[in-house]
Amino acid sequence: MYTREMIHIENLNKSFGDLHVLKDVNVTVKESDVVCLVGASGSGKSTLLRCVNFLEKKDNGKIIIEGKEITQDTHDINEVRQKVGMVFQHFNLFPHMTVLENIIEAPVHVKKIPKDEAIKEAKALLQKVGLDDKADVYPSKLSGGQKQRVAIARALAMKPDIMLFDEPTSALDPELVGEVLSTMKELAEEGMTMVVVTHEMGFAREVADWIIYMDEGIIVEKAKPEEFFTNPKEERTKEFIQTIGLK
Amino acid sequence: MPSIGHLLQTFFDSSDLFIDAMLLTLQLTVVSILVGIVIGLFFALLKISNIKALEWISNTYVYLVRGTPLIVQIFILYFGISGIFLIPDFWAAALALAFHNGAYIAEIFRGTIQSVDKGQMEAGRSLGMSKALTMRRIILPQAFRRSLPPLGNQFIIGLKDSSLAAFISMNELFNVATTLGSNNFDEMTYLLIVAFYYLVLVAILTLIVRAIEKKLAVSDR
Ligand SMILES: Nc1ncnc2c1ncn2[C@@H]1O[C@H](COP(=O)(O)OP(=O)(O)OP(=O)(O)O)[C@@H](O)[C@H]1O
Ligand SMILES: [Mg+2]
Repeated sequence: MYTREMIHIENLNKSFGDLHVLKDVNVTVKESDVVCLVGASGSGKSTLLRCVNFLEKKDNGKIIIEGKEITQDTHDINEVRQKVGMVFQHFNLFPHMTVLENIIEAPVHVKKIPKDEAIKEAKALLQKVGLDDKADVYPSKLSGGQKQRVAIARALAMKPDIMLFDEPTSALDPELVGEVLSTMKELAEEGMTMVVVTHEMGFAREVADWIIYMDEGIIVEKAKPEEFFTNPKEERTKEFIQTIGLK
Repeated sequence: MPSIGHLLQTFFDSSDLFIDAMLLTLQLTVVSILVGIVIGLFFALLKISNIKALEWISNTYVYLVRGTPLIVQIFILYFGISGIFLIPDFWAAALALAFHNGAYIAEIFRGTIQSVDKGQMEAGRSLGMSKALTMRRIILPQAFRRSLPPLGNQFIIGLKDSSLAAFISMNELFNVATTLGSNNFDEMTYLLIVAFYYLVLVAILTLIVRAIEKKLAVSDR
């Protein structure tokens, strides 16, 4: 069966000053794929993710989203971003708005959806992430895990085709990681296309369709989880798996 | 020094005039701060625009205001404005003070806007919101909250600075005090009285600023 390519990245390069962070990166993510991006700190995982969402400006290379090559000059980046949701390590909820207001903000002000309709959808999303009782609460009153689930609901409210997660559980207390991962797992099971930067190898192993290992700005290996953990091809991948095994 | 009895007597005798003057002082201050907020926000946004020419304009404005005495600014603007447009003296004075306050308020806003975590802008942008929309809906409301205490302090400074409007014949507190003082050959009495009025006003304003600070600290989220 043919499946649509949601993200296609070709020879992407990105430098910060003299620091060459992404080196000729090629990635393809197909519809409903869950791709976990793993690698050591500083290897360029966040930068790659942020390039897909144009939060970082690439130096050169192609970024093709749903079949269209996107550049800052030819496309309205704001429109592209509506299709590509992003969840951040530090949640970045809007502290001056309630949970519900956080979620309806973009649908109402960007998509111009009537407010009552947006509220209805937001409540359904809150139910989905298990927080329907928190609609009128301010983010400061939530635990980290709850904050992150609200952030996921907020991104989903724009009905994106693709969801990007940058270490969504790294800022959480260990006992709160599970609730966020299970929300993400549910999303994956519904067929959402997801790219997840994570250090949660258990999650990667269980949920990912593909695991991409990055080191020093290079994609070293892309493999199915079983293959990746039990039979990695590259020497560097073996070393990486050994180091995480030691943790 | 005038005696306490004489001071009190004069205080009560002159209270009508001083209360009118106090209202004018407050009007001048409120208007000049409100207009100053608009000017300040405008120049703060220029300053953070990342466009060199606009940044330069903003820097130059702040530099001119900070680098020259307020009384000089008031005279230049007063004669400048009233030389070109026919506007009431009150507005000439208020706009001159607003021009001055605006520079300090611009610095307040610049600071509080930049103090908002940059993840907020990224979150807004990642949802498809434009930069301007994110600024208006996400960044500025948070920056405004943080600006309230320093704006309150600027209000207190502006209140005292408004005494210089006396030199362009506004009958505000200081002008009334010096006029009454020289008419009655009793400068010191009236200066002490006007100092008292300023102190009371500043004390009230300080309490308001403290209350706002406390409220923000409680709901700081
Ligand atoms: N805005 C920036 N300016 C300069 N250097 C940057 C910037 N962002 C990232 N870098 C550098 O680029 C390199 C890759 O950073 P990146 O955040 O993509 O790594 P990462 O793989 O996400 O690491 P981590 O696991 O720590 O999040 C790092 O050396 C980092 O210091
Ligand atoms: Mg990172």
